[in-house]
Amino acid sequence: MDLRSFRNPKLVRQVVKDLSEYRNEVKIMEVCGTHTMAIGKWGIRKLIPENIKLISGPGCPVCVTPSSVIDELINLEGVTIASFGDLLRLPGSIGNLEQARAKGLDVHTIYSPLEALELSKQKETLFVGIGFETTIPGIAYTISEAHRLKLTDFSVLSLGKLIAPALDALLSDKQIEIDGFILPGHVSVITGTDAYSFMPEKYRVGGVVTGFEPLDIVVGIQKLLGQMTRPQIINEYSRAVTKKGNQNAQAMIERIFEVSNAFWRGLGKIPSSGLIIRDEYSQFDASKKYGLMVESPEVSLAACQSAPASVSNVSANCRCGDILKGKIIPIECALFNSECTPDNPLGPCMVSSEGSCAAYYLYERGYQ
Amino acid sequence: MCIAIPGKLVEKKEDDRGIVDMGGVKTEISLVFIPTVKEGDWIIIHTGFGLEIMSEQDALNMITLLHEAKNSADY
Ligand code: SF4
Repeated sequence: MDLRSFRNPKLVRQVVKDLSEYRNEVKIMEVCGTHTMAIGKWGIRKLIPENIKLISGPGCPVCVTPSSVIDELINLEGVTIASFGDLLRLPGSIGNLEQARAKGLDVHTIYSPLEALELSKQKETLFVGIGFETTIPGIAYTISEAHRLKLTDFSVLSLGKLIAPALDALLSDKQIEIDGFILPGHVSVITGTDAYSFMPEKYRVGGVVTGFEPLDIVVGIQKLLGQMTRPQIINEYSRAVTKKGNQNAQAMIERIFEVSNAFWRGLGKIPSSGLIIRDEYSQFDASKKYGLMVESPEVSLAACQSAPASVSNVSANCRCGDILKGKIIPIECALFNSECTPDNPLGPCMVSSEGSCAAYYLYERGYQ
Repeated sequence: MCIAIPGKLVEKKEDDRGIVDMGGVKTEISLVFIPTVKEGDWIIIHTGFGLEIMSEQDALNMITLLHEAKNSADY
């Protein structure tokens, strides 16, 4: 196959032509922020027939992190905070970590959790462990290393979230009608496609794991449409994803974490969708070490909608919660591209480079 | 945030570590999740960890596309 074939316009057009033979109205949700960006970038929403609606789900770890986390971190004293860059601009009720850094809070942007571990050899460090299954194994390994090295100045705020339980929660919500899912490519490298087998079994809804190129995505949609009467999970990203996933990585997660309920901004409490650090490693649990209350239901469940604008950087009219559930698309928010832009984000969906509102802003502002 | 990028393992070191070549930039990563990886293999990398071994063809494919995407937009 030609190296460029995943973007070959002829091949893409051929698949799109086939899609036009499908007459029913369908709603397909993509749950990965990278897919959201790819769909916007390649103009796929405009390319495919109107009866096939693509909507964005909760696929960005920053967007689903409760703002209470930021408030708790900003109030900490005497500890260095290490985090992935995207989290720095997430608004809390008293500003974001970037602003706090300008005022003197010691905040480091890192690429790997292992950098936080190194940092802790010089100064007491708290690593903010956000991410889905792609990122969680590395966080787990870092904790096991801290344990092996008997480090005392390292801790992790465990905010990792699991995608499959979130899909289960979305599918069990009767108000949300989704006919099929474009499943996340790199999360599935770890989980394997078996993680999604409950979808057709329990809800009679199928999904396709696919890559991030135009042909990947349109072929994924085509395959999804082809299985509507007999839903199943299809692997269109076999160049990186297997049925069982990476079992070494899964074992590492299992060793360090136990599954717990978790609060997702906009979605609320989802059973068995979070991870807490096992007792054996509790000396590295930042929520215990610093008494952080990051899972306060009032704050988390409120999402961004109910935070009073006067005391918060998060607008009272932000509709991020509805966007994460696929109830509306970003342009239906009254603040989109007026008061809320990537330079002045009012809600989490605009903050992260992979948030739905940021993707729409970048690529689809004129699209209705 | 979940994007993973391909690289080629140029040196396998002790303690499950290795040096990968990611488009000319050499970086040390952890191979703890892919212990059977061999020098010369292509792997997909995320936050300093190798996540899976992949074929050269697929890796080159991903690199070309990621490179173009990076040059053409804030991706
Ligand atoms: S455009 Fe801004 S205010 Fe509206 S939903 Fe998106 S993030 Fe919230």
